[in-house]
Amino acid sequence: MNTMKMKRFSKKTVSLIILSILALLAFIPLYWMIVTAFKEPTLTMKFPPEIFPKNPTFQNFESLFQRRDLFRWTLNSVIVAGTVTITQIFLCAMAGYAIAKKRFPGSKIFFWIYISSMMIPKQVTIVPLYIMVANFGMVDSYGGLILPSIAAPFGVFLMRQFMLSLPNEIIDAARIDGAGEFRTFWKIILPMSKPALAVLGIFTFVGEWNSFLWPLIVTQSSKMKTLQAGLALIQEEVPMEYAYLMAGATFAAIPMIIVFLSFQKYFLRGVTVGAVK
Amino acid sequence: MNLLKSIWKNKAAYLFIMPHFALFLTFFLIPVGWGMYLSLFDYSVFSQEFIGFDNYKEIFSDNLFWKALGNTFLYTFGVVPLWLGKALLVTVLIYPFRKGIRTFFKAMFYLPHVSSTVIIAMIWLWVFNPNFGLLNFFMESVGLDPVVWLGNKATALPSLIMMQVIMGGGSTIVLLSAAMSSIPEYLFEAAEIEGASSWQIFRKITVPLLKPTILYSLVMGTIANFQTFSNIYIMTEGGPEFSTLTVAYLVYETAFKNYYLGLASAMSMIMFVILVALALIQFKWLSSNVEY
Repeated sequence: MNTMKMKRFSKKTVSLIILSILALLAFIPLYWMIVTAFKEPTLTMKFPPEIFPKNPTFQNFESLFQRRDLFRWTLNSVIVAGTVTITQIFLCAMAGYAIAKKRFPGSKIFFWIYISSMMIPKQVTIVPLYIMVANFGMVDSYGGLILPSIAAPFGVFLMRQFMLSLPNEIIDAARIDGAGEFRTFWKIILPMSKPALAVLGIFTFVGEWNSFLWPLIVTQSSKMKTLQAGLALIQEEVPMEYAYLMAGATFAAIPMIIVFLSFQKYFLRGVTVGAVK
Repeated sequence: MNLLKSIWKNKAAYLFIMPHFALFLTFFLIPVGWGMYLSLFDYSVFSQEFIGFDNYKEIFSDNLFWKALGNTFLYTFGVVPLWLGKALLVTVLIYPFRKGIRTFFKAMFYLPHVSSTVIIAMIWLWVFNPNFGLLNFFMESVGLDPVVWLGNKATALPSLIMMQVIMGGGSTIVLLSAAMSSIPEYLFEAAEIEGASSWQIFRKITVPLLKPTILYSLVMGTIANFQTFSNIYIMTEGGPEFSTLTVAYLVYETAFKNYYLGLASAMSMIMFVILVALALIQFKWLSSNVEY
């Protein structure tokens, strides 16, 4: 018995060591980003590098705000990610509800169109989408940034999966009590779907905040760039100013790290909602 | 007539679906169809001429496209198995610990996942810097020669694969852990009492029971990595000597740097067909050898 316990103990120690190494490997680059952001710019050209900064400074962040439209980029990211998230929550909940709980001519077809379109790579749509948005005169505008993102199919699939599990009896009871379709949806379905709505909201917001390809293509002026597209712009223009670049990266990463830490339980449980079971 | 009646009776359902579906149709389905149509055109700034399958012919006789396709396969089949292996290893290793420790590690591995690919690429460009980068500092401290990671055509693509494996896997770990906690614990206990080794337990119990989740992660991971773009855009622009050129990056360059929009559409269609084929092969392969 004792040897078995010993064996288990040493096994756990080895596990902990392996886990810590793997976790550290992924964590060190993030640490390095933050440390570099607070260094004097000249110190990045020092070898061996300073692993722990001796004289941290805010200088890189200050020059970032002075030399760039950083405030505007942040505002754009908030506007785009916020609008897409709120609109997606409502539209996907409605569409998901209809597909999950209503039997009507074409309901299966809608479901299959939505689910199969999730396999289509972004590259397929961006070229025609760009021509279309250009024809609508929406290049370099919020409309061009926002509308195509709201059209993404994943949220509908996610809500449909969740709403299948809602009991039909409650919906029927509400209808018998005389509640109309929209009242039932608003007063019964939405409140019961809060966990799934939270998951969809958080994932959409993070995804939109981090999205790069479409903002890169659809924006032209610096004023309309989102944070990610703006960062890429700085990276292209001053590829060697590492302290400055890392300050920008840190500035763009911190809001999402805060979102992650505050909604941790949704992240660490949430992604499973949409998975096949 | 009956159909119309039934549609009218269910008008509420259509009203619920329409707001999203209208946008989905306009900004997703129509572009997909239009993309297919565009791929048959010589569509650029100066001309819009129907040319049938000439774009496809041109792509298949273009060495650069084959190079990009080869790189994309190398990258995808380099990243996906390693990253899935890492996720499985972490999932199995954290399983016996108490909840607090499990959550801590899951959070640590998830953290890089909430930072954008642009940010991760910028950080690693700095880490890979041949003169002042963190990685060459480590190389020198253990007595190895510094490496020009991204500047050498032999090491550039493997460096990108390494970076992706080190930073990735967070969401897969969460997914696999959730699936693993639904396996009844007595299965593991019984196997252990019977004297099965950890490897046997892993092969005969864990992997077969996690199969649906592994399959899902495999297909999703393949789709995502096959479209690798941001890393390439920020870090290498396909170089040196096209050694990191991916199809997704080539589509971008063809469309938005050279404005050959028809040609780019044709490339994206080929990409789509390959992805569907890969997904079908994976489904077939994994569901054919289910053994309980």
